Amino acid sequence: MATATTDSTITTDRAVPGDRSTLLGGWRARHRADLASHLAHHGAPPLPRPGDHAWPPRLAAAVEASGLTGRGGASFPSVTKLRLLASAPGRRTVVVNGMEGEPASAKDKTLLRCAPHLVLDGAELAACAVGASRIVVCVADGDHHSADAVVRAVAERAGTALAPVTVEVKRPPGRYVAGEESALVSWLDGGPAAPGWRPDKGHSLTIGRRATLVHNTETLAHLALVARYGPESFRSRGVPDAPGTTLVTVTGAVEHAGVYEVAMGRSLGDIVHGARPTDEVAAVLTGGFGGSWVPAAALATPYAPGPLAAVGGVVGAGVLVVLARRACGIAETARVARYMAGESAGQCGPCVFGLPAVADDLGQLWRGTVDGGVLARLEARLTAVDGRGACRHPDGVARMARSALRVFTADAAAHASGRPCAFARQPSVLPATVGAIKAGTT
Amino acid sequence: MIKVNPVACTAYGYCAELLPELVTLDEWGYPIVERGAVPPHLVELARRAAKDCPRRAFLLRQAATEVGSST
Amino acid sequence: MSSPVLWYATRATGLMSLVLLTATTLLGVITANRATSARWPGFSLQDLHRRLSVLALAFLAGHILTSVVDTYVNIGWTSIVVPLASSYKRVWVALGSIGIDLLLAVAVTSFLRHKIRARTWRAVHWLAYLSWPAALSHAFGMGTDMRQGWVIVLSALCVAVVAGAGLWRLAVSTSRRRNALTLIPVHHRPDGVPVKPLSA
Repeated sequence: MATATTDSTITTDRAVPGDRSTLLGGWRARHRADLASHLAHHGAPPLPRPGDHAWPPRLAAAVEASGLTGRGGASFPSVTKLRLLASAPGRRTVVVNGMEGEPASAKDKTLLRCAPHLVLDGAELAACAVGASRIVVCVADGDHHSADAVVRAVAERAGTALAPVTVEVKRPPGRYVAGEESALVSWLDGGPAAPGWRPDKGHSLTIGRRATLVHNTETLAHLALVARYGPESFRSRGVPDAPGTTLVTVTGAVEHAGVYEVAMGRSLGDIVHGARPTDEVAAVLTGGFGGSWVPAAALATPYAPGPLAAVGGVVGAGVLVVLARRACGIAETARVARYMAGESAGQCGPCVFGLPAVADDLGQLWRGTVDGGVLARLEARLTAVDGRGACRHPDGVARMARSALRVFTADAAAHASGRPCAFARQPSVLPATVGAIKAGTT
Repeated sequence: MIKVNPVACTAYGYCAELLPELVTLDEWGYPIVERGAVPPHLVELARRAAKDCPRRAFLLRQAATEVGSST
Repeated sequence: MSSPVLWYATRATGLMSLVLLTATTLLGVITANRATSARWPGFSLQDLHRRLSVLALAFLAGHILTSVVDTYVNIGWTSIVVPLASSYKRVWVALGSIGIDLLLAVAVTSFLRHKIRARTWRAVHWLAYLSWPAALSHAFGMGTDMRQGWVIVLSALCVAVVAGAGLWRLAVSTSRRRNALTLIPVHHRPDGVPVKPLSA
């Protein structure tokens, strides 16, 4: 059963048992995002009494027991970040990453608009757990809808017992790499929103002299649920190695594109078919523009980091872009590569020069105007850019392109011998900014 | 071991000139460095490369400490 | 004290500085433009550039010291770095002081290169080009040897080399190869709104 908001479709996943302790259960029940509805549905968040020093380790233990991992793309155990920051010297800051630079993703926007109080609960709980005196919510400067929702929610809680730590809302530039955690921290510290080089991630990020914890909106929302309903409730869904529910944005050749809350471990095919593909599914781009393609043959795979990786997929930002039969995977890959090249922060040579070169090769492949060595040259360039930037942006492009060459082998061979498939000129199923890229511009 | 700071590097290429055994340049002039420990007979050259890099992008590390042109 | 030896030393060290600074500038441009090869590697030309610049500064120091110590003309210690403080050939000495000030800035920032921001170092280093008109007009204005044929030829050669190198540097630094950011295709949203930069 689907319910739609103005621009991002929120849908229900009927297979999730017990809606109360889910991320979107409150929205589904009441279609309201205000504080009163939130409290009526979930009750008050279990914030600590001032001076309760036993509370932070208790929360950390609960988070650890739940097995919660980051929902921003890296799938890193959340308790590790909490503990790293709790042991950092000096004053601390918690940053809520609501940037969602991935064009094909809408889950963070959905959470901020439909369950902002759950996110803020999580932020306040995390801040109390690490002893932070400041919370900053970052929303892309072009995302006014989400920003308004957050500002309203912050105002509702301001001065009450629900906001022991003050919350600020900031609007960094809405570029792809600006949501990377070191880029975000750099911008908050007065620099450009460009990722920093972090040869060893053992040290926490800092804004000025304040140690900073950056968490994705969804991760914090889950944290708020774990704190309230306990780790067992979180583990009651999903699978042992990947517990809990997760938000997935399904777009592409589907009738009901939108954000779905699914239990980890549900089959990829189930999730995709829940959004009603318009035609037989050929492949799915998992994770995001820096993720990887998975062929239709692998649709029975459980949606979880381990099993997905085994078939060449990735959970990443919870994105699934569906490609149907009568479409060209090479064309879509070329569009994504050109978009990603344009989103380079411009700091590292291999990314600045390498990504446009890769996009050029893929563009040639798309058009079918190739010289003999294009596939070999593309392979060599993908190896050359992989891992040679300060951040994982070029790595993502290499992964995505390599997976395309693997999944669309037959198409790639045909394009490479100058015979592009009949569907190379079809309109794109990708989001508008990327879908508008034409073969001639690459 | 050698680490290159990709943000600082602007493809001067001195590291590749001094240490062709461990550093090759990609088609855009940026260094691709061999992983692992620097062979003892090349350590002196590696130190020189770290010192000569105009952007301090070529870094020599032993365990967790950074040995740049300070040695 | 006053002595013709001091006077000859001032003129000689001045000319030597001119030649050494010319060579330094040329080497600097060659390395910056990456016009190096396997036989003339960048690291060694860069090394030479640095060493010659130190030598040039040594000769400049000699040039300044001998002129100040020589009591035949009244050039005070302050006028080394303060323009227009000299009573002898005020304007021409002042131009020399300006040249020294600029080169001092370049020397200090280069000495502290990795402790300051890369952009700052670069900006000050480009000031070295500005020191040339100051130094050259100082040389012509002070006049002593400028009537001699070989000095004129030598000076003209140095000017030609520096001017050529400067233009070459300008050409390469503004070309697409150096300006990496232009390679990133700027894309516009379908509604025509350009994408914003990453800096505030």
